[in-house]
Amino acid sequence: MNPSLLEVQNIKKYFPLKKKLFSRQQEYVKAVDGVSFQVQKGETLSLVGESGCGKSTTGRVLMKLLDATEGKVFFEGNDITNLNDDEIRPLRREFQMVFQDPYASLNPRLKIRDIIEEPLIVHNVEKKKRTERVNELLEIVGLNRYHADRYPHEFSGGQRQRIGIARALAVNPKLIIADEPVSALDVSIQSQILNLLKDLQDEFNLTYIFIAHDLSVVEHISDRVGVMYLGRLVELASRDSLFANPFHPYTKALLSAVPIADPTIKRDRIILKGDIPSPANPPTGCTFHTRCPFAQQVCKEIVPEFREIKPEHYVACHFAEELSVTK
Amino acid sequence: MKELHLNKREEYMNLSLEIIKVKSPISEFWRKFKKQKLALFSFFFILFLIVLSIIGPYIVPYGTTEPDYKNILSGPSVKHWAGTDAYGRDIFSRIIAGTQISLFVGLVSVLLGAVGGTILGIISGYYGKWVDRVIMRICDVLLAFPGILLAIGIIAILGPGLGNVVIAVAIFSIPIFARIVRSSTLSVKSTLYVEATKSVGAKHKRIIWKHIFPGTVSSIIVYFTMRIGTAILTAASLSFLGLGAQPPSPEWGAMLSGGRDYLNTAPHVTFFPGMAIFVTVLAFNLLGDGLRDALDPKIEE
Repeated sequence: MNPSLLEVQNIKKYFPLKKKLFSRQQEYVKAVDGVSFQVQKGETLSLVGESGCGKSTTGRVLMKLLDATEGKVFFEGNDITNLNDDEIRPLRREFQMVFQDPYASLNPRLKIRDIIEEPLIVHNVEKKKRTERVNELLEIVGLNRYHADRYPHEFSGGQRQRIGIARALAVNPKLIIADEPVSALDVSIQSQILNLLKDLQDEFNLTYIFIAHDLSVVEHISDRVGVMYLGRLVELASRDSLFANPFHPYTKALLSAVPIADPTIKRDRIILKGDIPSPANPPTGCTFHTRCPFAQQVCKEIVPEFREIKPEHYVACHFAEELSVTK
Repeated sequence: MKELHLNKREEYMNLSLEIIKVKSPISEFWRKFKKQKLALFSFFFILFLIVLSIIGPYIVPYGTTEPDYKNILSGPSVKHWAGTDAYGRDIFSRIIAGTQISLFVGLVSVLLGAVGGTILGIISGYYGKWVDRVIMRICDVLLAFPGILLAIGIIAILGPGLGNVVIAVAIFSIPIFARIVRSSTLSVKSTLYVEATKSVGAKHKRIIWKHIFPGTVSSIIVYFTMRIGTAILTAASLSFLGLGAQPPSPEWGAMLSGGRDYLNTAPHVTFFPGMAIFVTVLAFNLLGDGLRDALDPKIEE
């Protein structure tokens, strides 16, 4: 088998907390605590979870905007974890990022042309080709070439996100990490942007890592879905398998929370109690046991293995099989 | 598929046609600045001063050191608009000629201070860690001295003279600029668009020049204008104390100092140079205020 486009092996990202006076132990916020997955060329892998579960941090570690505390990231079979700024620069053409907030991700002092041109300048594309490419990109993302000489504040959120996408596409990347690209947009604009992303994927054979918290968005765009909870993946499966047949109680709770646009349908919602525990002091054993309705003694003591319960369907729960029967 | 895609694009383009007028940040700034009458007036007054400082020495009625022994310490008259001083020199001509000195000292010293402070502030804010700590502690030490005392200390080392006043004022402007630039560097550095630029693979140099520095420019401009007022005042004070411009020079502070002994008998000798300092400093401060309001995106009319 070909090496996957991206392979992530057990990455961890700990942020040190400020030491308290007289305390000898350095404490850490375990934002990402051992995440592994592979991404194949041309697919869309979504990472979902509630806020603070480490999905954005994972994205930033993959982008090398943050250095992983532990673990390895392979891009097309090459280890990129320990490359320094100069060594990673040529590789950055291959993976780009689309950010969550299109209002903050574009420099308000630069014209759209300069913003989209920036990756081209950084990667030494000559001037004449750059101008052509900017015009081309604007049309690819559904804007017009006369937009190039305007400033970001003249555009709506959806248009700005298109500009962000154009910037990410500028250097013909293979992988795009989209960090909640639609969550800051109106629902009516969300679908436009999602469809644009899908069309671009078909046109340019892109691979996406799609970070989101909205499951209906994820269902629309993904091939595979990974569910994160407190810095760990708890379930990873193909979209169909995950949505039809979730094993992990957390995934079940998430899915039951997706609204259905039909008031006559009654269903049982699984309501989770309590808040997400602090990643500075995560629970022992299975991190979900404090909120899991099915928690047993063993959950408090032993960290569940991330195992393949069905072909290509991974889950980290001691009782996955039993729970799937009770459903 | 392809056709469908194109249709969608067209549909989108029609939607986006409503925005027509291109507003650049500069025209936006000018629109806001125009509304502030006082600042606008100060701006034109300063322009006038600059013109005056260039052509002034050629149009004044009397030479700056030309004595008129018949009219010593005479009050304002048709012949001498602002009167004469203890040597019979025409005060009006001396004030006009002195504009050059004050503006030069103010502009150059603050420019040096702003350049030095901006470089230090950006380095400090952008690289952080120990570099930041070292630079900021040095600035704290410098800021702990009252400005004028620090300037006197520097002149004590370098010796009196206008050139050294420029250096002294520049040195005590550096920590103030460094602090201001550092804080705006920190806020620009943490923005998403800088992170986006990093993710593209841009080098530090590019991030600093294209994103960080332009982001700090507005606060530099505002502070630059305000500091010129203070710098002119400090330079005048130093000259008054005899540490800056030396006696025959028509520097405003030195003129004040020269008229000090005749405050009771001939107040006009100190009054007119004092007014010149006051009006000039006020104009720079008002302009600074206006610029701040016009450059601050949060203040909307």
